[in-house]
Amino acid sequence: MIAFNKYYNHFNLLSSILIVVSLLLLIFKGLNFGIDFKGGTLIELRASDSKINVSSLRDRFNQMDLGDVSVKKFGNDTDFLVKFENKDNKKNIIEEIKTNLDKSFGNNYDFRRVENVGPKVSAELLKSGVIAISLSLTLMLIYIWIRFEWQFSLGAILALFHDVIVTLGVFSLFSLEINLSIIAAVLTIVGYSMNDTVVIFDRVRENLRKYSDIKIFELTNISINETLSRTIITSATTLLALLAIYFFGGEILKGFSLAMILGVIFGTYSSVYIANTVLVRLRVSQKTVLRDDDQNKLN
Amino acid sequence: MLYFSKLRILFISLFSVLFILIASSNLFKFDDDFFDKKINLGLDLQGGSYLLLEIDNEPVIEQKLQNLTTTIRNYFKEKNIKINNIKIENQNIFFNVIENDKQSVLEVFQDENSDLNPYYPRFKSHQLEIEDTGLNFKVNFSRQGLIKLKNSSQDQAIEIVRRRVDEVGTNEPNILKRGNNRILVELPGLDDPMRIKSLLGKTANLTFRFVTNDENDRFGVEKLKFENGQEEATVSKRIIISGENLLDAQPKMDTQANQTIVSFTLDRVGAKRFGKATSTGIGKQLAIVLDGKIISAPVVRDTIASGSGQISGGFTFQTATDLALLLRSGALPAPLEIIEERTVGPDLGQDSINAGMIALAIGFMLVIIFMFVKYKIFGLITNVTLIVNLFILLGVLTLFEATLTLPGIAGIILTVGMAVDANVLIFERIKEELKDESNNILAFDGGYTKSRTAILDANITTLLAAIILFFMGSGPVKGFAVTLGVGIFTTLFSVYFIARLFTSIYVARNKNKENLI
Repeated sequence: MIAFNKYYNHFNLLSSILIVVSLLLLIFKGLNFGIDFKGGTLIELRASDSKINVSSLRDRFNQMDLGDVSVKKFGNDTDFLVKFENKDNKKNIIEEIKTNLDKSFGNNYDFRRVENVGPKVSAELLKSGVIAISLSLTLMLIYIWIRFEWQFSLGAILALFHDVIVTLGVFSLFSLEINLSIIAAVLTIVGYSMNDTVVIFDRVRENLRKYSDIKIFELTNISINETLSRTIITSATTLLALLAIYFFGGEILKGFSLAMILGVIFGTYSSVYIANTVLVRLRVSQKTVLRDDDQNKLN
Repeated sequence: MLYFSKLRILFISLFSVLFILIASSNLFKFDDDFFDKKINLGLDLQGGSYLLLEIDNEPVIEQKLQNLTTTIRNYFKEKNIKINNIKIENQNIFFNVIENDKQSVLEVFQDENSDLNPYYPRFKSHQLEIEDTGLNFKVNFSRQGLIKLKNSSQDQAIEIVRRRVDEVGTNEPNILKRGNNRILVELPGLDDPMRIKSLLGKTANLTFRFVTNDENDRFGVEKLKFENGQEEATVSKRIIISGENLLDAQPKMDTQANQTIVSFTLDRVGAKRFGKATSTGIGKQLAIVLDGKIISAPVVRDTIASGSGQISGGFTFQTATDLALLLRSGALPAPLEIIEERTVGPDLGQDSINAGMIALAIGFMLVIIFMFVKYKIFGLITNVTLIVNLFILLGVLTLFEATLTLPGIAGIILTVGMAVDANVLIFERIKEELKDESNNILAFDGGYTKSRTAILDANITTLLAAIILFFMGSGPVKGFAVTLGVGIFTTLFSVYFIARLFTSIYVARNKNKENLI
């Protein structure tokens, strides 16, 4: 049996630091919102001429008076991603750009993807993204509240917040782009993290009913160990699937799968080191679950 | 938990085979309609354009209020009530009446069966609201009035958009209402949406009006610019004919002048008016105005009574074709703005499909190898279940003709990764049971029973997330929610029916074997 409980305090401290740092990053550095949430235009361009590279593209685009233009390589050497604000929301901007690029590069390039999100739509998308995440956290809270005693709910929700905040913190730290698919990833992380926590909690509660003489400090450790191989196997298979998406699923899914990979790692960690430590700190005992059982009987 | 009746086994087999067949209809052609269904590929996979258009209702409201001022004035004139100082400001009509008439004006507006202010009998709310500000009356559209107005301009606009898109002839366009002032246009397979975008961006409001030098024209005048160049002309506000009077418009080559023109045919009313105007206006310039810009202003040389004519204006064949198309399909009730556009080229779509499939294959292989190494025979059972699960998932998506997007493929891969969770929970539990229980069958039974709540919890939490995503997400993300959500159900089915069936057969044959798992 691995003594996970030996490090409860250490990891609680670490998690607190992680959360504080993430929050500071989110407040002061902020998130790198993509055009979905910020509005603007995105062009994915494939070149068939080596003359076309990041700097020559940047030169061209900067001459077009589009405001802040970002040009980056996208995947391989011939693909580029160009983003700009399109502040005036010009109508025929794509045509203008094409005519302009034709002059310098002829026909040696191709627009593979064009996205243009107006300021109104991006504001709406951001709002619905925030609502979606809040709603999912609320629903999880309600679900766990129905299924478990409040101490468990608090533990699970703290673990959830930890996972979401730290994942977003990593995105902020490395200025990774937040777009619609990241919201999907965050929601899936919420589901996954909850899932992981619930499996261990289920066991904790079962053991609480079974053993009256074991302290919660020990009991959580027993439960974690009993469910450990499941935790490892499920995380492993999920991570294998996600790594496959990350490495082979193409550039578009990279951010999504990265967020999920981080989420699964944090989710697994938090089930052990946040959710369970909350139970320990709240001194959950056999009485906690038995009282609830009695109440259920009365009802 | 381990007993299966023959009937149940039959049912499970039939169900699985049915969905595998449905799933395989994506690869083969079936004659039967029921089997000949296919998963739709989202725009991000097959390539195409997604355009979200917003109707700018301001001009419509302005126009309606303008008309209303005339209506109000005439209406009360008949009742011998004089309306003074009527004006429009910030989408409100303001006017004065003398003190004695105030009550009767209010009564007209507030009468439940008022013919000036309708809707009350049907919606329990009038079209217009009236307020006595003390200084004057303030009239504006009620909430209901605005809703009706927006709905009707949306209905008209969607019709015109459909006609324009159909005329361009893309395959299977999808044109849908969004809210009460937006229109969603999905154009699969369309590589370059520029033409459609420019067609949809035009209101196509065509009028024929005389150029005049008389500043005191009875109908008022306005200065308009020519389409190409800085020239201006003063044009009367009197409309001779408008786009509504057109029956047909076609691009033509004028061989004499060697230029492309748009020839048009007028309806009866239009022909009559055009004839009359051209007979009285010989020598005058008739401006052809499209969306507030003069295309050309030819001098009237002859009376045109035939009801047909032509527009020239330095067109190329393409611009003439587009103008003819716009005129044929009619004017939009209000300007449209493209507020969101997402276009994916077909080769990127194909690349995404390939990448998605490779990722799926590799993810699948990794999980299968992992499970086999970890659980041997039970890993094999899990893997067979996983494959059947994948087919059932594809079968369900096919049956409902769901739209598969790139994030949707990611959802399938994720399902593969997470689907083993239920089996792992069961197997791990069985291992624990076997520690105190020597009877294999009892241990397996206990494993299944005791792991059930955890499995249920685990799947409900993921399902909740998927449901929220489905309702809040858009386009590609919705596709992810669908595969993730459907995947949960197919996983539960395959774990509790297929895997359990195999497990029970295996355990029944190896009742007394030690270290079974």
